[in-house]
Amino acid sequence: MNCTSCQKPMQGSLLVCAACGAVQGDGAAAIDYFQALGVERKFGLNAGDLEREFHRLSRRLHPDRFVRATAEEQQNSLRATALLNDAWRTLRDPVERVEYLLKIEGHAVGEEHAGKGKSAERQPPPDLLEEVFELNMQLEELRMSQKMGETAEASVVADLTAAATRFEAMLQTVDERLAVEGAKWDSGESRAQAASRMIELLDRRRYVRNLVRDVRETLKTAA
Amino acid sequence: MGPIVGIDLGTTNSLVAYMQGNEPVVIPGVDGSNLVPSIVTLDPLSTDATAEATPRPTVTVGNSARRALIATPERAIYSVKRLMGRGIEDIGEELKLFPFRIAPDVQPGEVLRITLGEMSFTPSEISAYILRQLKRNAERFLGTPVKQAVITVPAYFNDAQRQATRDAGRMAGLDVLRLVNEPTAAALAYGLDRATDGSEPVRTVAVYDLGGGTFDVSILRLNDGIFEVVATNGDTHLGGDDIDNLLLVVALDEIRAEHGVDLRQQPDAIQALRKAVIEAKIALSAESVAKLDIELPGGDRYRREIPRAVYEQLISPVLERTAGPCRQALADAGIVPEQVDEVVLVGGSTRIPAVRTLVDEIFHLSARGRKPHTELNPDEVVAMGAAVQASILAGNSAATDQLLLLDVTPLSLGIEALGGVVARVLQRNSTIPASATEHFTTGVDGQTNVAIHVLQGERELARDCRSLARFDLKGIPPMPAGLPRIEVKFLIDANGILQVSAREQRSGIEAQIEVKPTYGLTDEQVETMILDSFDHAEEDFAERQLIEARLEADTILSAVAKAPENAAWSLLTENERSAVFAARDHLAATQSGSDLKAIRAATTALDQATRRFAELMMDQAVSAAMRGKTMQAADRTLNADEIHAPHPFAPAQINQQPDQQPEQQLATTSATGESHD
Repeated sequence: MNCTSCQKPMQGSLLVCAACGAVQGDGAAAIDYFQALGVERKFGLNAGDLEREFHRLSRRLHPDRFVRATAEEQQNSLRATALLNDAWRTLRDPVERVEYLLKIEGHAVGEEHAGKGKSAERQPPPDLLEEVFELNMQLEELRMSQKMGETAEASVVADLTAAATRFEAMLQTVDERLAVEGAKWDSGESRAQAASRMIELLDRRRYVRNLVRDVRETLKTAA
Repeated sequence: MGPIVGIDLGTTNSLVAYMQGNEPVVIPGVDGSNLVPSIVTLDPLSTDATAEATPRPTVTVGNSARRALIATPERAIYSVKRLMGRGIEDIGEELKLFPFRIAPDVQPGEVLRITLGEMSFTPSEISAYILRQLKRNAERFLGTPVKQAVITVPAYFNDAQRQATRDAGRMAGLDVLRLVNEPTAAALAYGLDRATDGSEPVRTVAVYDLGGGTFDVSILRLNDGIFEVVATNGDTHLGGDDIDNLLLVVALDEIRAEHGVDLRQQPDAIQALRKAVIEAKIALSAESVAKLDIELPGGDRYRREIPRAVYEQLISPVLERTAGPCRQALADAGIVPEQVDEVVLVGGSTRIPAVRTLVDEIFHLSARGRKPHTELNPDEVVAMGAAVQASILAGNSAATDQLLLLDVTPLSLGIEALGGVVARVLQRNSTIPASATEHFTTGVDGQTNVAIHVLQGERELARDCRSLARFDLKGIPPMPAGLPRIEVKFLIDANGILQVSAREQRSGIEAQIEVKPTYGLTDEQVETMILDSFDHAEEDFAERQLIEARLEADTILSAVAKAPENAAWSLLTENERSAVFAARDHLAATQSGSDLKAIRAATTALDQATRRFAELMMDQAVSAAMRGKTMQAADRTLNADEIHAPHPFAPAQINQQPDQQPEQQLATTSATGESHD
């Protein structure tokens, strides 16, 4: 890709020409978040480097720098900065980064993958089936006693609190495994396998996260 | 290029500032005061038979309007910021507490209009009058035309409120280069000296901004000149006004219980009482007890001592409402109070000791041996920050060269999906500019339109969120249901204002979008409300300044000519009177000349010579409001069913005689006389 202004090959971020400083116009619309931030398309990115690059590019692109420029330059700056911010928002979060990268690699992720109506959140991963069943019973018990205006049984509250903590630890594990699979993908070997494992992990993560949220919210109202 | 000024358009006071060298400086008005009270009154319309058929309204803004607030409350408005970008169906709470008179023909879904005397104005127009006053103050001070400005808004302002503010700027003849969030502006004003040397570690700063009518809290990371907002929260209807109203309710109840006088039907008495409780509130920030001593109709006196402890207990529910947004902002930023390195206090209400105690508790300050920043005047710091941002935009100052503000959108953006639920397209606290893309399709074969409802807010159901706009995607080529793929792009710009574009991807046809702002004015409407072509004319600036200076002189001279008729005049000493006359004669002699500076100096001199007289007159107005209206009050009681004076505790009056409020075209409005006091 060449600069729309000086025609030299682009280096780093595709939003702004490193050679002549021109903010790229319409052509920038098709670039992805990695290209916007001028980083390699991979899962393992250094957070500090990413932030430094984000700040450096912000100084170049931000509409504040183009207040007295032409309307076209202002429009380019607005679009480019919006894309830069979208990219930063997505890539700085490790989980969102995984979802985004898998998506642009052509994988169906999340709701798209689960299809409408039978969203992944509703179906527990097979190995958690029993535990989730138990948990839901206890949740139901707690909600009933709340409804009746009774104080919840201390043992139920304790069990649920313990379960929430256990599931939170599970989230941690999922995130670590995501990083491991991401590193495999980055290394270039058996990418397809790594990708399908990550998709599974994301489903599991989404399910567990919603579960934890439900439990925590119910516990909060019980307190 | 002319100067870019920074404007704080506040609920209670407004200010204009600019960058003088490396320092932001607040520009004083003609009366020497940095604060222009956000009060607008409509002057009596000219009854001159030779005048043009359409009335040419003139307004008074600021300190001079204060008196009219008590003398002719039906022609005055304050705290109009509370109405910006809102519709009649969502101001119920405001109407209970503020004497806003909404024009009778305003329908739900329409932009509000407020009745002042014989006319009615949109909130943007009223704000435009305030902005024009600030613009003139700046032009007078800088001696050059001012056409571009940065205006601050509460961080928690939604899209409609931001648009209404930008419209006001345009009506006042200002090109609004940027809307900046108030807490962020304050951080800029504070961070100016320290953030640019590159050696400082990253610092986390919380800005707690409790103003006259709005509350904001923002958490920022300061990193080598970059001011990055990480989270913001707030309440656009929470501020010092709420404290005033509480004190007022207590006073009115006590007056009724102890003296059998109900002042609730008397707007002038209420304004006088409001003035007294505000003074008590201010006193209580420094004293341990404040006294109220007010003469009542019938000659009784309402005397009350308010100990600070009682006051603090009374206002604690109001202050407590700021705690929730602070905790939410911390949670959204993903930090605990201990991670906040510095806290900045902004807004006049942060002078209240109880507010400082609360802030200390929320951010665990004294426990860590820290104190909040209060070095800069809390009333001025936002305007100063706006001036810094103006300088960043101008790009002509080494002091601000390395600074960059990265702000966020305070509210999530969503669209209404099936069943009235909200599908989020952009989360709150996203750095702006930000964009999001959504895809839509059709549900029926051959369908050519798709209706989209855009919302702002955090609630799950569309009806609980703020409606931003509804629009139709038109011109979709007829296709079987589900086949069209319409890409809609939402873009929030650096001002926090939404833009929408759409394309049908299979046919490549750009769908037409008509974005109908839910409570906004169209461009055409704004055009008709531009205050005066006078300000836009390419006439000689110096000549215009001279004309304005002479008008200022006229206004004060005619006020002085009427002075001896006022009872307050007799309270002046002989020396004071002769000083007034000397200053008057000097101004009269100077006025016809063309020495701009001499006219202004003479005007200021006369203004100063009459200052004590003005104060006495104000006191007279207050006691007249309390004492002199008994006959009228009795009269009103008789007709209580049909005439309700607008007052803070009943629904504002939707005006009794609609035929007195003709639609006004304000395009040729020329207003004079705002600048005297």
